[in-house]
Amino acid sequence: MTELRLTNARLIDPEAGSERLGTVTIRDGVLAAVDDGVSMAPGAIDCRGKCLAPGIVDIGVKVCEPGERHKESFRSAGRAAAAGGVTTMVTRADTLPVIDTPETLEFVTRRAAQDSPVRIAPMAALTKGRAGREMVEIGFLQDAGAVAFSDGDTVTTDTKVLSRAFTYARSLGALVIGHVQEPGLSAGAAVTSGKFASLKGLPAVSPMAERMGLDRDIALVEMTGVKYHADQITTRRALPALQRAKANGFDVTAGTSIHHLTLNLLDVGEYRTFFKIKPPLRSETDRLAVVEAVASGLVDTISSMHTPQDEESKRLPFEEAASGAVGLETLLPAAMRLYHAELLTLPQLFRAMALNPAKRLGLPQGRLSPGAPADLVLFDPDAPFVLDRFTLQSKSKNTPFDGQRMEGRVLATWVSGALVHGSAG
Amino acid sequence: MTFRARHLLGIEQLHPIEIATVLDLADSYVDLSRGAVKHSDRLAGLTQINMFFENSTRTQASFELAGKRLGADVMNMAMQASSIKKGETLIDTALTLNAMHPDLLVVRHPHSGAVDLLAQKVTCAVLNAGDGRHEHPTQALLDALTIRRAKGRLHRLNIAICGDIAHSRVARSNILLLGKMENRVRLVGPPTLIPSGAADWGVEVYDDMAKGLEGCDVVMMLRLQKERMDGGFIPSEREYYHRYGLDAEKLAHAKEDAIVMHPGPMNRGVEIDGTIADDINRSVIQEQVEMGVAVRMAAMDLLAQNLREERSNG
Repeated sequence: MTELRLTNARLIDPEAGSERLGTVTIRDGVLAAVDDGVSMAPGAIDCRGKCLAPGIVDIGVKVCEPGERHKESFRSAGRAAAAGGVTTMVTRADTLPVIDTPETLEFVTRRAAQDSPVRIAPMAALTKGRAGREMVEIGFLQDAGAVAFSDGDTVTTDTKVLSRAFTYARSLGALVIGHVQEPGLSAGAAVTSGKFASLKGLPAVSPMAERMGLDRDIALVEMTGVKYHADQITTRRALPALQRAKANGFDVTAGTSIHHLTLNLLDVGEYRTFFKIKPPLRSETDRLAVVEAVASGLVDTISSMHTPQDEESKRLPFEEAASGAVGLETLLPAAMRLYHAELLTLPQLFRAMALNPAKRLGLPQGRLSPGAPADLVLFDPDAPFVLDRFTLQSKSKNTPFDGQRMEGRVLATWVSGALVHGSAG
Repeated sequence: MTFRARHLLGIEQLHPIEIATVLDLADSYVDLSRGAVKHSDRLAGLTQINMFFENSTRTQASFELAGKRLGADVMNMAMQASSIKKGETLIDTALTLNAMHPDLLVVRHPHSGAVDLLAQKVTCAVLNAGDGRHEHPTQALLDALTIRRAKGRLHRLNIAICGDIAHSRVARSNILLLGKMENRVRLVGPPTLIPSGAADWGVEVYDDMAKGLEGCDVVMMLRLQKERMDGGFIPSEREYYHRYGLDAEKLAHAKEDAIVMHPGPMNRGVEIDGTIADDINRSVIQEQVEMGVAVRMAAMDLLAQNLREERSNG
């Protein structure tokens, strides 16, 4: 029996919505006790008043295995996650080949077990090859460990195919994750439409495309009764539709990305391709509306939408450059911007980054209560640093935060009670 | 005279004084080009490479002539034909070219921002000859010179830019330049060809030609690309000509002495009536071509001066 005691820690409890000074006792990889107050018993680790929270559960991480290991591997992604306080990576299926059979899914779980210091909860595609024509073997894939089904950022235009996949998924209680974009309107777009896009001469999409995509998917949820999660809600106009769906009692939740919460479309500036993401960065009005929706709980989860791209994919004219940004290591420091701006509290942030994603996927993580797995992150929300992208653990260095001042550093990360990054005390 | 820029990437980066400096120098190059000996040695010993990733006959010829009249060694590279097909990236192409020690690089590219990207990677002066839907600065400068010579001034004029604004880099550069020089700019066209957010640019937007041209000093027509004529952005060519093609009746709404401009090549009977285009009392379309060579001579001369200064300093 191994026991570990972390004391004098500012405990961030997303379930209770509270912060308090306390002590956590870990036994055999599980939280055995969570007590108020400081107890400097022999062997206890003094956390010096720093924040201790449940490890982050990040929905939508792209690990480029199989297919593009030069961009990211399970080893590099796992190290990046550990360094960023992410203890569960919910991996995407949009690899080469696509994760759409139990065999490819087994490859993912095997590689992850070999190389990743943090947990992997793999997603599988909803349709074969993400082509939107035939559904995958949802049952077999569930048995193999798929926690959710998603075609990533590809939108299936054939609603008949989609309605059947949703209906079938419902019978198995499977969670479906959709990318909410009207595909016609958003085709070829690199940025959000408006004055900036027009002046820069870039192909743009109206923010309304997101609302249209969400409206369609909600109608399909109403029709089929499937368990549904919208991957990224990033615009003000999509929020009332989400609110109505929830009020009507549909099994709908929604996420957003840390980049959409902390950056806006003007950050693209002089065609900076590290700021090209999917969906594109939005206006400041949209950003603040979505931050508010996270605070109220309307938007449930925050993800890094970690998408590694090598230098060659980004050193191109903006329209041709690949989309996506790495985010595993910057998710927590970027989230601290929202905390320091007094837009979100730490329990609110960890509700969206740990508790809600775990709950939605049916995982026991994300809690700071006895019986929960001892997946923890110790961090200093005030530690300042300037981000140098070449210090990142990810193989790809495409972060929009390069050279920026950040506040908030991860000091230590534990998975199942084992230290996977940093040191405490 | 003040012109500090290292590259000519867009009108956005230019100060009104820099714009006036280019135009003043260009005036003198109009005289040179009209003289008996159309030659100077201002760019002697310098190498100018024209790199066109998009088809162009007129702009490329204009830049080539401008360089040759100033004594530069000019080389043309048709990029669609070469490395792009072999999968070479824009940056690699730029580095390869840079190793040949050019002094002036004239670039046209189908993607917005591509010329800016290229300029970051080379040590010579870069001139943007059109990037995507972003900017076409020498076109705006030649339009400005044409207006200044025809109207005697380049401020407090009512200028209507008409047609396919959404896909036009010429329109963007002109809106920026004419705004910087304190003119009143109107955009006239069907709403499907007006970019979103245009109302925030400090311009007036009209979808009716008669109202848009009312009292204008300058009517600037834009080319409508063939591929945009069938149903996608406008219902048909004939309906477009009927509602937005510049003919005598519509032009009558502008001031009596209003001039008519077009960056070329024209679609007669689509955006402009042939007789208007050929009316020597109204149309300055041929002058625009002439001013194009002079403005490009001036721009390259000024950039070369800055380049020499930079090199001698260090």
